[in-house]
Amino acid sequence: MLALFITVPFFSILFFNLPFLSYFRRAITAWAYVLFCAQIALALRLFSPDFLNIFTARVFFNFNIALDNLSLIILLSSAIVLFITLVIATYMIDSERKRFNFVNLLLFTQAGLNGLCLARDMFSLYIFLEIVAITSYILIVFDKDIKALSAAFKYVILSTVASVLLVASIALILLLSGDTQFSVIHNAISAQTPNLLIMFSVALFVCATFIKAGVVPFHGWLPEVYSHSPAAVSVLFAGIISKALGIYTLMRIVNDVFGPNIHVNSALLFIGMVSIVIGALAALVQKDFKKMLGFSSVSQIGYIILGIGSGSALGFAGAAFHIFNHAIFKSLLFVNSAAIESRTRTTHMHELGGLSKVMPITGLTSVFAFVSAAGLPPLAGFWSKLLIVMALILSGHPVYAILAIVLSALTLAYLLSMQRLVFFGKLNERFSKIKEAEFGFSLAAIILAAIIIVTGLLYPFVLGKFILPLASSGVFK
Amino acid sequence: MNLNIAILIILIMAALWTTMTRSLLRSAIGLAAMSLVLSIIMFRLNSNLAAVFELSVCAGLIPVLFVSTISLTHPLTKQEVMQHMKDRIRRFWYLPFIIVAVGIALSLVTVKLSIKLPPHEIEKNVRTLLWNERPLYLAGQIIVLLIGAFSVVILFKESGKDER
Amino acid sequence: MNVEALQIFWPFLLFVIMLFIIGIYCISITFNLIRALLGVEILIKAVTLLIIIAGFVSGRTALAQAVVISLIVIEAVAITVAVGIVIGIHSHNNSLDTRKIVDTDK
Repeated sequence: MLALFITVPFFSILFFNLPFLSYFRRAITAWAYVLFCAQIALALRLFSPDFLNIFTARVFFNFNIALDNLSLIILLSSAIVLFITLVIATYMIDSERKRFNFVNLLLFTQAGLNGLCLARDMFSLYIFLEIVAITSYILIVFDKDIKALSAAFKYVILSTVASVLLVASIALILLLSGDTQFSVIHNAISAQTPNLLIMFSVALFVCATFIKAGVVPFHGWLPEVYSHSPAAVSVLFAGIISKALGIYTLMRIVNDVFGPNIHVNSALLFIGMVSIVIGALAALVQKDFKKMLGFSSVSQIGYIILGIGSGSALGFAGAAFHIFNHAIFKSLLFVNSAAIESRTRTTHMHELGGLSKVMPITGLTSVFAFVSAAGLPPLAGFWSKLLIVMALILSGHPVYAILAIVLSALTLAYLLSMQRLVFFGKLNERFSKIKEAEFGFSLAAIILAAIIIVTGLLYPFVLGKFILPLASSGVFK
Repeated sequence: MNLNIAILIILIMAALWTTMTRSLLRSAIGLAAMSLVLSIIMFRLNSNLAAVFELSVCAGLIPVLFVSTISLTHPLTKQEVMQHMKDRIRRFWYLPFIIVAVGIALSLVTVKLSIKLPPHEIEKNVRTLLWNERPLYLAGQIIVLLIGAFSVVILFKESGKDER
Repeated sequence: MNVEALQIFWPFLLFVIMLFIIGIYCISITFNLIRALLGVEILIKAVTLLIIIAGFVSGRTALAQAVVISLIVIEAVAITVAVGIVIGIHSHNNSLDTRKIVDTDK
């Protein structure tokens, strides 16, 4: 039954592209909505273990795929972000044919992300990673804007180099264990005495995921891609793609294959901290709204990596929870930036100002996103950051914990300055006549804000049902 | 063994040629030569199917792709070519020396790889492995090929329509 | 068999490392978009060689071949997309020089 997550999007693409059925092509948008909603509902339902067992029991193909809570969190957040992207895209793309192509690419992304979550084999993990990456190259250049093309070229080169490193790591593992399945590799690596080749392949893998995630030494592509790609695509990118390709892959491999390792953990902690600092400092000095959000992503990814680097079950759960929260609030911020761009035709922060007066919904929802991103109680972002900081203290890294708390102030600083410049203060006369953004943008913003509020307020329920079961699976059993 | 080393040295020389030659067209041909040599190595290492694939796709299709791209983009003027040549020589002249130095340095190092190889098992054939044990690889390849078709539609066909 | 095979592995690894150096050098030094892609191709060739030799040494040539075939298919599609992007850039500013596309800030 699990194979449905990959086959249904795939066969719907095939169906809608059949040459005789061109009459049905209009229906693809509606069908994509149905698919994304179904995936949200199914992922929520699958969090209960009984249903999970029934669902995974039926096997038609020997695809070697499995599902656990970490996968479910990515499945859930990817479905939400894809849904929001589709809502935005139906409003942004006018031409019928272009919209048809765009929805097809979204379905490819869905199939790829689902495969990435379900794969339990190093090389199929790589294949699905590459499916998502190639689709995202096409999505970035969808409008054929020259800036987007240049950003995309940089991304293609860096991402392919990362893929090469990843495959090199897979090849070394193939040499050591003779297989690419997670369970076999895990046993083979545990049986080996620690040697140079294992460390080398782990280092290659971690480097590759860092490039894919845009962590600090390799963050050059990230703000450019985020700010120059079409608005709907930047929602998708910021929300899920870079997180799933980089961070989720790292978590999956640490969880299933390599296991926590003291050297890797200290490297992760250090890189995460550098990422937080440099991302936040760079975000402070940006003048472009979307670029600032890109650097803020670099900084937030740093928190997730700190959670992984703590090497404890709690830190892992916190990291997964922060991936979900980051997907929601960063999508919300990008939806709002798209709404502003669609009305004012600029994302330069010094030209904007006082937009809360003319765009009340956008202004209000972005306050929620800002509170969640800065980690202020009681919204969702606070709780995941709290989990990460607690994990750092409990695993004996008090210095990193204190630094993480102190650096939240920096996050608060750049987000406050963004709020002040864009939404509060004096309204520029040029924009006194503009109205609230179109219905689609408001709808998407309200849905995401509602998710942030609900997750924050129902925190004990969310933690007990979704997050803590994650901590008791995998290597931390 | 010595034959393998000789073939590998030819591979490195093809790679250097690809990197350093002045004309992009010759570079693309150098890439095809690399694929050719690589597929010979694959044949020698009992990987026949992969060698055939490498020969047909990497030595056939991809250089054609590069050559058509080079011919679609505009050629340089004579003056630019001269400037370009000087630039290239300044940037690339020390690459062969680096490679030779690294090669000699690494061949002097005798690394004792104390790894435990996986237990010997009976050789499967590729068909049973791909079809029965790893159908996900095939599914992934089919999805990737479909994405390739879409990319051609979106990147090449639509841009042609805009220009007309 | 295994000991003998391991002795083959080290010289091959040496050449793979040299190919890696050439590829990275080509990507980082060049100013030409197509040549950067050629550098990426060299890297992919290097990693293909690594997989084949790993499969040969560990006695898993079937698995290594399955992996290489999938890798080649993915590589071909990725290069097609990258070439499409290069042609798009060229149709905008009529040049393949990376120095002309670096300043995306303006």
